[in-house]
Amino acid sequence: MTATKSTVQPEEAVAVIRSGDTVMVGGFGLVGAPLTLIDALVEHSDADDLTIVSNNIGEPGRGLGKLLRQGRIKRGISSYFTSNPEAVAAVNAGEIEATLVPQGTFAEAIRAAGAGIAGFLTPVGAGTLLAEGKEELVVDGIPHVLERPIHADVALVYAARADELGNLWYRRTARNFNPLMATAARVTIAEVGEIVRTGELDAESVHTPHLYVDELVLSR
Amino acid sequence: MTDDVKSSIAIRAAQELRPGEIVNLGIGIPNLIPGLLGDTAGVFLHTENGLLGVGPRPGEEELDPDLIDAAKRPVTALPGAAYFDSAQSFAMIRGGHVDVAVLGALQVSVAGDIANWAVPGKDVLGVGGAMDLVVGARRVIVTMTATSSSGDPKIVDECTYPLTAHGAADVVVTEHAVFRLRDAALVLTELLGSATLEGVRAETGAPFDVDLEDSRAA
Repeated sequence: MTATKSTVQPEEAVAVIRSGDTVMVGGFGLVGAPLTLIDALVEHSDADDLTIVSNNIGEPGRGLGKLLRQGRIKRGISSYFTSNPEAVAAVNAGEIEATLVPQGTFAEAIRAAGAGIAGFLTPVGAGTLLAEGKEELVVDGIPHVLERPIHADVALVYAARADELGNLWYRRTARNFNPLMATAARVTIAEVGEIVRTGELDAESVHTPHLYVDELVLSR
Repeated sequence: MTDDVKSSIAIRAAQELRPGEIVNLGIGIPNLIPGLLGDTAGVFLHTENGLLGVGPRPGEEELDPDLIDAAKRPVTALPGAAYFDSAQSFAMIRGGHVDVAVLGALQVSVAGDIANWAVPGKDVLGVGGAMDLVVGARRVIVTMTATSSSGDPKIVDECTYPLTAHGAADVVVTEHAVFRLRDAALVLTELLGSATLEGVRAETGAPFDVDLEDSRAA
């Protein structure tokens, strides 16, 4: 074991993704999305039948929207497909399956996966279309939905800064789902804007401790 | 819907906010409110993508690609602002730490049910934070025109559009009236501008009780 996290080229990093994998991708729209890693997945990987866990499926021809155009997404788990009309069209044409989840439930299910929680009860969505097929329980007189964690094989996240150990620091609203997803996959690849020497990230400012991170890739 | 109508609804809704409150604003009419709030309004704006302390829109030189609101528009952060991840942001909402959500709706039932995320026959592929907000915020203020663009009442006996949540609306502000949820039923409490009770009854798709506050006389 080395004291530093391996920093790899994006095309090497995405080679870990296999056909049929579930891949989490950080970002709220394109803000905080690991665009270099997504491009590498689009250009240097043949993995298909992918399940993508991401708040949005990119935008038309941008971010995950590129992967969508290649027909390599089998299923999307998301709170807002609508930001990419091509994703909506693909769902309506039966080309991809869509699982729509309220955004807070989406975030919490990813957090739960990383935290070893097998399920949680939320009042959100109870009695609506989005609770169909899910168990509902009444707790203290209030209907709740039993939600299960969302795990992934690989998480692709973006952070503005890392140290050589793989500690991550996110900037402003580019944080969003990234710290959650970094905890919830077997393999976490962090695309970062810069890598500083170990010790140069203030320990009190580390958002994602390095134990969650497997590889670092520099943004291009 | 004219801009004047939208602003009049936003102006009345803004009067519901009290200094010190944590407020989340939805897309559309609610987003007109920041332009109406003076510096002294003293509310803290929360946006569910991870910021408490949303400031005004940035000038060209302040634009920061890492700083947006939930409508994905550039914003600024005020002194004292805080950033957080999405799980914490929704814990704030679900946990009842956000005082007010102001949001638009397609329909509100007289029992306070809200439908604001999907139209039957159209794509039901985006819900975002709508369900979390209406369930979690301590007070939910719905801002909407009294009727749809095709003239149908938006306050109805039962929502026919897919529900966002049951019994979640606390206040409904239209261009003509303010309704408040009391004992699980919407009550008309205020007529706005030149609106009349007859007019509001005619544009509302269900019977409702009336308990006018004397704010017009004031």
